[in-house]
Amino acid sequence: MTEMNLYLTIILSPLLASTIVGLFGFALGKKISHSLTILGVLISTIGSYCLLNKVLNGGLTYDGPLYTWLTVGTQSYSVGILVDSLTATMLTIVTSVSLMVHIYTIGYMKGEEGYERFFSYISLFTFMMIMLVMANNFIQLFFGWEGVGLVSYLLIGFYFQRESATFANLKAFLINRIGDLGFLLGIGLVLAYFGTLNYAEVFAKLHEISGVTFLNTGWNAITVICLLLFVGAMGKSAQFPLHVWLPDSMEGPTPISALIHAATMVTAGIFMVARLSPMYNMSETALSFIAIIGAINALFLGLLGLIQNDIKRVVAYSTLSQLGYMAVALGCGAYSVGIFHLMTHAFFKALLFLAAGSVIVAMHHEQDMRKMGGLWKYMPITYLVTIIGNLALAGIPPFAGFFSKDMILDAASNAHEHHMFGSSFVVFCVYAAVFVTACYSFRQLFMTFHGKERFREVHHDDHGHDGHDAHGGHGHSEPKESPWVITLPLVLLAIPSVIIGWLAFDKFVPGEFFNGTIYNAQFFAEEIAKDPIAPLAMIMHSLHQLPVYLALSGIIVAFIAHKSPAFVAVVKAVFKPVIYVMERKYFMDDLFINIFAPIGRALGKILWSIGDILLIDGLIVNGSARVIAIFSKIFRRAQTGYVNSAATYMVLGVLILLTFCTGLILH
Amino acid sequence: MMSYLLSLTIWTPIVFGFITLAFNKNDCMARYVALLGSIIALVFSLIVFHTFDPQQTAMQFSENYAWVPSLNINYHLAVDGISMPFVMLNNFITVLVVLAGFKVIKQKVALYNAMFLMMTGFISGSFCALDAVLFYVFFEAMLIPMYLIIGVWGSTNRVYAAIKFFLYTLIGSLLMLVALIYLYNQAKGSFEIFDYYNLPLTMGIQILIFIAFFLSFAVKVPMWPLHTWLPDAHPEAPTGGSMVLAAITLKIGGYGFLRFILPIVPDASRELAGVMVALSLIAIVYIGLVALVQKDMKKLVAYSSISHMGFVTLGCFLFVGANLNTWALEGAITQMISHGFVSAAMFFCIGVMYDRVHSRNIADYGGVVNKMPVFAAFFMLFSMANSGLPGTSGFVGEFMVIMGATQTNFIAAILAGLTLILGAGYTLWMYKRVVFGAVANSHVAEMSDVSKREFLILTLLAIAVLVMGIYPDLFVAKMHASVGHLINQVAQSKI
Repeated sequence: MTEMNLYLTIILSPLLASTIVGLFGFALGKKISHSLTILGVLISTIGSYCLLNKVLNGGLTYDGPLYTWLTVGTQSYSVGILVDSLTATMLTIVTSVSLMVHIYTIGYMKGEEGYERFFSYISLFTFMMIMLVMANNFIQLFFGWEGVGLVSYLLIGFYFQRESATFANLKAFLINRIGDLGFLLGIGLVLAYFGTLNYAEVFAKLHEISGVTFLNTGWNAITVICLLLFVGAMGKSAQFPLHVWLPDSMEGPTPISALIHAATMVTAGIFMVARLSPMYNMSETALSFIAIIGAINALFLGLLGLIQNDIKRVVAYSTLSQLGYMAVALGCGAYSVGIFHLMTHAFFKALLFLAAGSVIVAMHHEQDMRKMGGLWKYMPITYLVTIIGNLALAGIPPFAGFFSKDMILDAASNAHEHHMFGSSFVVFCVYAAVFVTACYSFRQLFMTFHGKERFREVHHDDHGHDGHDAHGGHGHSEPKESPWVITLPLVLLAIPSVIIGWLAFDKFVPGEFFNGTIYNAQFFAEEIAKDPIAPLAMIMHSLHQLPVYLALSGIIVAFIAHKSPAFVAVVKAVFKPVIYVMERKYFMDDLFINIFAPIGRALGKILWSIGDILLIDGLIVNGSARVIAIFSKIFRRAQTGYVNSAATYMVLGVLILLTFCTGLILH
Repeated sequence: MMSYLLSLTIWTPIVFGFITLAFNKNDCMARYVALLGSIIALVFSLIVFHTFDPQQTAMQFSENYAWVPSLNINYHLAVDGISMPFVMLNNFITVLVVLAGFKVIKQKVALYNAMFLMMTGFISGSFCALDAVLFYVFFEAMLIPMYLIIGVWGSTNRVYAAIKFFLYTLIGSLLMLVALIYLYNQAKGSFEIFDYYNLPLTMGIQILIFIAFFLSFAVKVPMWPLHTWLPDAHPEAPTGGSMVLAAITLKIGGYGFLRFILPIVPDASRELAGVMVALSLIAIVYIGLVALVQKDMKKLVAYSSISHMGFVTLGCFLFVGANLNTWALEGAITQMISHGFVSAAMFFCIGVMYDRVHSRNIADYGGVVNKMPVFAAFFMLFSMANSGLPGTSGFVGEFMVIMGATQTNFIAAILAGLTLILGAGYTLWMYKRVVFGAVANSHVAEMSDVSKREFLILTLLAIAVLVMGIYPDLFVAKMHASVGHLINQVAQSKI
């Protein structure tokens, strides 16, 4: 039972802290509030590492119920816990990043209104994410899934006085709900075909169901289920075309962009597919679909990162692109690689976001990179960690991102060799995206930290993008390096961004760490088994391969663009129409905001005014009332007052009616 | 006492209602006497809830006395797993309603409280009655207090609304009376509802009876296109009236489908299931879209109620062959209980704001959170429950019905699932415009956060919503035996 206590501690300590601070934060004050929530997450983090250790070295696994949530007929559906290598990995990522973000928040949110509320939310988020990750059934998965969505909604709208923030959070919630519709229908079909919602029981029945077709169509039932579930993942993991909410989610404070919209929540969809890998393996169609969608994300949404001037939006588009990479890995049947990239990305992207936040604090909540420049002198630690993060992101060896990204490229090529549908497109996109990634990430680095100190030219006015000007003085004061509560998490995240790829590569990709948890598609598993490769050999190997040079040339192009405005001008002139389309974000925002939403409202208005008011009420109800009114004129004399007398008549009427009916019966 | 428990639950509030009337000179006493009466009734119903045996398919707490022997009318009360939760829900909401009117209602206080207490008794009575005449008397009797509540304490347009409400519901129930008289004759002079369950009826007759019952109950639910009285009644009703109307009165309609239509005319139900499913889906989607464009908060929540009740009627008519779907049917009942909590909470929240600003228009608000942070947190919870967020009660019923629909009718599941988007759309868009933003005007600037009394009501509702979301089995486990029994009954053809 000691293990059970460990699980419950991991799950409940953030919830407890969040509840206490949420309810009594106003009385506890800032210090106790942040200490309490940090303690809660710290306990969870330590627990997660214990768990990881037990899973790694003791081969611990667990799958059991906690309590019966619902019984329907004779079947019961429980809230339960599933512990295996995938759970342990995700838990470690979630709690570690969450802990860093908690600490960082002390510095970032200093002096802001709603300080306690913010801590309560991020602890609640941690709890929801843990529930999602530890779920052993679909209902609980959906609970965590929507729960993280709720907290994301609350935090995007944290600055609730700003119209843009409350618009963004509503948009995020509704777009996610579109995905959730698919997800819920997928769960419904799982129940319909498998008769259970427990993962293990579903997996055990997979072979019985494999040949079944969906209703009267010719489609394979499992393909339909997989696609519907992935629609949910498209919402949560911001895959094209349901990605539109993520860039706007940057309205939230930066710590949550790092925690929720980069490292953890948005990877829930990736996690879900990996968790259900036995099922996804049975549907080539679904895998192809995932890979193609992922490839679109990786390249085309990455491209948008090139034209952003808001420091956070660059990172946001890079997140979309990297989520695309993860989806490509899944689609190519390399689930373990997808999770591997999820992990490396969680660290270096959280790092990049928090570093951007550090810059934003130093710039008194200015987010426009055109008003920065030359910051490296003033904030050396932030500068250094940003370089590390960007190198990892660009996939330069031996940083963390290199290993995971290279494996994804391999997986894509491998899928191409096995003639997966759409794989030529996928391979093209993921290779081209390597160049694009390096280009936008170093463009951001150069614009922010190098070149002219443009912050001296501008007056900081009060419409700071990220909250209020709570961080001290204005004007031309030179930017300062952030306090230790901010830089410490940066350094602690920079370390794994350097080494985690090297360290975990052996275990994650060819190793047996995920055996019995994630089932890579056969052709990919065979490929890895054919020639296992050590980290060092992999680096050497990469030096005469295309991707590293693509990345380097991306950096060089970014450098040229930084040094020579003429070059940028020429590029802009040549690609003018393309850039216009990109500036309009491929018109995807317009599709939702200017087409779907107005159609919904217009339908509502038409149905209301024509259906309800004109036809039902006007014609039928009031029409018959008018007929009655004609008759009632005859009885007008009997009407004396308003309601009281009407009630008397009513009672009288009912009694007469009853008498009448009784008489009828007696007859 | 145990053998009179249902009578006590029904008559305590009615008796206290009369006692309250006696205090028409002393408002304060009237309020406390009413509160005492509602709490005693709640305690009785909680005892029923607690001692109810979920394993039994038979009716429990039965009381049967001759009432009008010459006509074979009996005072027959009993509950099963389907009706019992509603008795408890009803008494729970009444306590809150009495509390909600404490400071707000200033004229004819005794009458106001008396009306609510009597209505509670009548409603409990109609859930417990197993004699058709007894049911009918309770069913009609509860119209009167509600009519008065809207007509006396309502807003400007209250008389139109009250009369519309009354006529709508009355016309439906008259047809039901005709059907009951027919059944009485067929059953050789019995008003016992259970006697009708085994009565052989031809398809033609079944369809006629179905239509008669349908008109009566569908108005109550209300189902599209018989729904237009509800969005008119709600804005005119005082807060307490809206709470009871949405939380309880609508549920009698759903209960009628389960107690009368399905078991008495199973073949007609099967025959017309397609129509019912279509009407339910129209309610969910069409009304969801209509709710999106409402400018009056109470109208918006009223439309949202219709849309949510669409899940109830959908769940009642999802057949596979001769069999009803367990998920869907239990989901329908669960949805009714949940909607009882959530809609009462939504209407109470609107009432809290109305008491301060005296407007129901969304456009008159904005930035309420700045002045009422505690209220905003509660309102957020209930808005999320109204959008069907897992972990709140609002999720459970919708989830179960959608699960049932995917097993029986996938197209229905897709359309019903649209509520995920629409429900979140209209609820959260309203929330955004009312609560978020900067303080919009001087009225909002003068708003003060919730009082202790309001806090208590909101807390009780929040606990109910969360408990039912986190541990729905507490309620659902009580209904399995009865639902299973009902499914068996409906599966047998009566032709």
